[in-house]
Amino acid sequence: MSIILLVEQVLNGLQFGVMLFLMAAGLTLIFGVMGLINLAHGSLYMIGAFAAAATAAATGSFVLALMASLVAAAAAGALVELTVIRRLYDRDHLDQVLATFALILIFSEGTRWIFGSFPLFLEVPDYLSGSVTLPGGIEYPRYRLTIIMIGLAIAAGLFALIAKTRLGIQIRAGESDREMIGALGVNIARLYTLVFALGAALAGFAGALIGAIQSVQVGMGEPVLILAFVVIVIGGIGSIKGALVGAILVGLTDTLGGFLLPHLFATFMDASAAMSVGSALAAMSIYILMAGVLLVRPTGLFGGK
Amino acid sequence: MKFRTFATAIGIGVTALAAQAEDVKVGMITTLSGGGAGLGIDVRDGFMLAVKQAARDDIEVVIEDDQRKPDVAVQLADKMIQSEKVDVLTGIIWSNLAMAVIPASVAQGKFYLSPNAGPSLLAGKGCDPNYFNVAWQNDNLHEAAGAYATSAGLANSFILAPNYPAGQDALTGYKRLYEGELAGEIYTKLGQTDYASEIAQIRASGADSVYFFLPGGMGISFLKQYADSGLDIPVVGPAFSFDQGILQAVGEAALGVKNTSQWNKDLDNAANRAFVASFQEEYDRLPSLYASQGFDTANLLMSAMDKADVSDTEAFRAALKEADFASVRGDFEFGPNHHPVQDIYVREVIKEGDVYTNKIIGTALEDHADAYADQCSM
Amino acid sequence: MRRETLLNVAVLLGLLVVPLWAWASDAPFIITLATKVVILAIAGIGLNLALGLGGLVSLGHAAFFGVGGYAMGILASHAQSYTPLMEWPLLIEGTKSMPVIWLLAAVTGALAALVIGALSLRTTGVYFIMITLAFGQMFYYFAISWPAYGGEDGLPIYVRNGFPGLDTLDPIQYFALCFGVMCLVLLFVARLAASAFGLALSGARQNAERVQAVGLVPYRLYLVAFTLSGAITGLSGALYADLNRFVSPTMFSWQMSGEIMIFVILGGVGRLFGPVVGATLFIVLEHLLGGISEFWHIYLGALLLIVVLFARGGLIGLLAGREVAHD
Repeated sequence: MSIILLVEQVLNGLQFGVMLFLMAAGLTLIFGVMGLINLAHGSLYMIGAFAAAATAAATGSFVLALMASLVAAAAAGALVELTVIRRLYDRDHLDQVLATFALILIFSEGTRWIFGSFPLFLEVPDYLSGSVTLPGGIEYPRYRLTIIMIGLAIAAGLFALIAKTRLGIQIRAGESDREMIGALGVNIARLYTLVFALGAALAGFAGALIGAIQSVQVGMGEPVLILAFVVIVIGGIGSIKGALVGAILVGLTDTLGGFLLPHLFATFMDASAAMSVGSALAAMSIYILMAGVLLVRPTGLFGGK
Repeated sequence: MKFRTFATAIGIGVTALAAQAEDVKVGMITTLSGGGAGLGIDVRDGFMLAVKQAARDDIEVVIEDDQRKPDVAVQLADKMIQSEKVDVLTGIIWSNLAMAVIPASVAQGKFYLSPNAGPSLLAGKGCDPNYFNVAWQNDNLHEAAGAYATSAGLANSFILAPNYPAGQDALTGYKRLYEGELAGEIYTKLGQTDYASEIAQIRASGADSVYFFLPGGMGISFLKQYADSGLDIPVVGPAFSFDQGILQAVGEAALGVKNTSQWNKDLDNAANRAFVASFQEEYDRLPSLYASQGFDTANLLMSAMDKADVSDTEAFRAALKEADFASVRGDFEFGPNHHPVQDIYVREVIKEGDVYTNKIIGTALEDHADAYADQCSM
Repeated sequence: MRRETLLNVAVLLGLLVVPLWAWASDAPFIITLATKVVILAIAGIGLNLALGLGGLVSLGHAAFFGVGGYAMGILASHAQSYTPLMEWPLLIEGTKSMPVIWLLAAVTGALAALVIGALSLRTTGVYFIMITLAFGQMFYYFAISWPAYGGEDGLPIYVRNGFPGLDTLDPIQYFALCFGVMCLVLLFVARLAASAFGLALSGARQNAERVQAVGLVPYRLYLVAFTLSGAITGLSGALYADLNRFVSPTMFSWQMSGEIMIFVILGGVGRLFGPVVGATLFIVLEHLLGGISEFWHIYLGALLLIVVLFARGGLIGLLAGREVAHD
């Protein structure tokens, strides 16, 4: 195993982590501000990917496709917020889990009804395909590098938004004292819709970015959703910083675990047994990480109280 | 309240059933919803096309959706056998569902015609006189790929598949007829969608070819990412990842890839030409591998119905065994374990106008039977 | 009698009469469906013990359901291939006897719940939901990639396990057996809820500090409840595996956890018969809607939304009045 390979794997872990962050940021914001646990976040990811694929097929432009994913996911987010989600804010988590589980069923089958059962096509545009040579002779796909940069840029933007802007102040106020901001004359209903749509847009955008290198199909959101939950639990629910750290931690653990564990086991058992034990353990590794973190810090790394 | 409504609904169903004459009743359990629904829909459409073309009134098909869940499939099989009283079962796509349904169904004296899944256990020790596989034994296409790789002079393959039984069978199958070295062997997570890590390892391994078995969305993801990685080592795969249903989603990334299949739409025989044309006319899309398997399954069944009565189990079984129908694959016959003995071709992905599709470029294995037939005693 | 009691009796009778009617009119599939209802209801009763009585929102009960299923699968597969489960340090043989399997399924379910609970109960609220979900996923991935018992393909058991004096392959007899188990479980949970432990647990759910003030440790109460809950759900997993004569990792999937939760909520959280009503409704809907449309999940989703938004307290809440006065 060479250093180059290891560096490449670290980059892969980073890219995966950055994508998870886009999903987790929305989840954690929505939880932090509205106290809502949203299982349907994965559906918004899927909607973004489908909107992007449909737009790319119609116009041939990847940039337009990305815009469409933002708009479609934000619109879908705002729509469910207005019709369903806002009735759930003062409910307990159990009702929220169930109602958003129901939304998953509706979104998934609805998408299949509209787009059919076959996966859609979305591809990396020519100007982002191929690979670049990084210092040290590491060949790395240009598109993945772009994802890492876009993701980090969005993370920076999000931090700035929350630290500097009026909306950010309202969000922070909402996180610390929900009754208070109403008293301050902030239109809470509008703020909530806005935050929900923002989270949805981030998820949809992630879906579109990933859709170009994976497969755009019904049900693509759920595996990512569960990982995003792991991320925000590790990071501490409600904390954007926690989401970023958690996402990168999970991304690296998953990628490096899958790569290194079989090698590790191969040092003391025969190759094929090492392969299957190693793979099995790697598949469980992030859940073990999460259990470990919660044992030491029951509210996550950056969680309150 | 609801019980009464429920009971009434069932009551009506039962009455409708009793009115049936002694026709052949087919129970089709296949995947029509959720991920992987495309395969089941193709099998169903191919099957029903054959039934429609035959225009006969002595066959009735009951179709149910297993949602790709083994427990649902088992319950549907119970329902088909217990309340619909079907004679023949068919339709299952996935090996794990097949293992849950087929042994129990044939044990209850029903015929099972598999239009897709062919787990090794059912070809070997667990074979059964009433179970016929019309598609392939699971290893077949992988064996053909190994044979092709050897004949194409590939000597250092990197192979990967998901870490589950069908994945392990796939790699075993490939290695069975492949004579070169292995540059690496990886089992990935089932349902994995990001293959950056594996592609990095392929790059580092110095392999001269890549063989992968990653069904469904996994294969789409892998191919897109592979094409994007700048690696230009030739890729070989089984037909599953290059099928008509998903090729459009893979797009240009698949162009030129060699894959192995027992069928293709350009196979030159009358039955196939008619099938491809009529399928396109009926459903307005190109038929897939799965559609061809569904079509053959229905024709096999109807050929047996012409020769024997389904209530005469011995005669009906013998009639099925003869496989006296015009397969879209050309030659088709059953081996001693009721699995196909057939040619397996090498295809290449090409673009015809705007549509990605395959063309046959050679034959990987002729009259190929599976490796488990010896273990089958019936 | 209170309306809820009346309703409970009616549900129980209905669950008994429909299969008997189906038996008399030779519609064995209805019996199979009813058996499925009964078994899933037991899983729900297990969850309801943690969720309704203890307020522990577990999204990982599929773990116990699956553990019970695999307990059955592993024991029976060794018995059917005549290979011992373990030879050293002591010889353990497989078995096809239901009572033994049930006992082991409940014990392994309880053990799994004890371990998961001991770790998870350190957290509360959303964290608890998420960590139970994660543990469930851990079991799921383990089951998929563990090749010894079939991995993703699952493990078929060709003949249903035996129960002394009964022919379990006869649908109505197996139904009767499961129905009997359900009644025992219901009785157990009812007694438990009315016991000192049940009252303390209920008190801890409503106000943990008050319970602490009288010298009880809520953590311990929760852990006991969670463990018992795991045992019951594990038992139902073994029954379910026997119904299908098949176990697979899908028993561990998070959708399964979601479905068990749906049974409880459709029927009514914390109501003794909530899971029974919920499971009945779910299966009937699945059966009827599945026949109407390929896209039946949309209708199921819409219905769930309506229940959550407008029919709080589930079906029992709707039919028998909002709150249980007292028990």
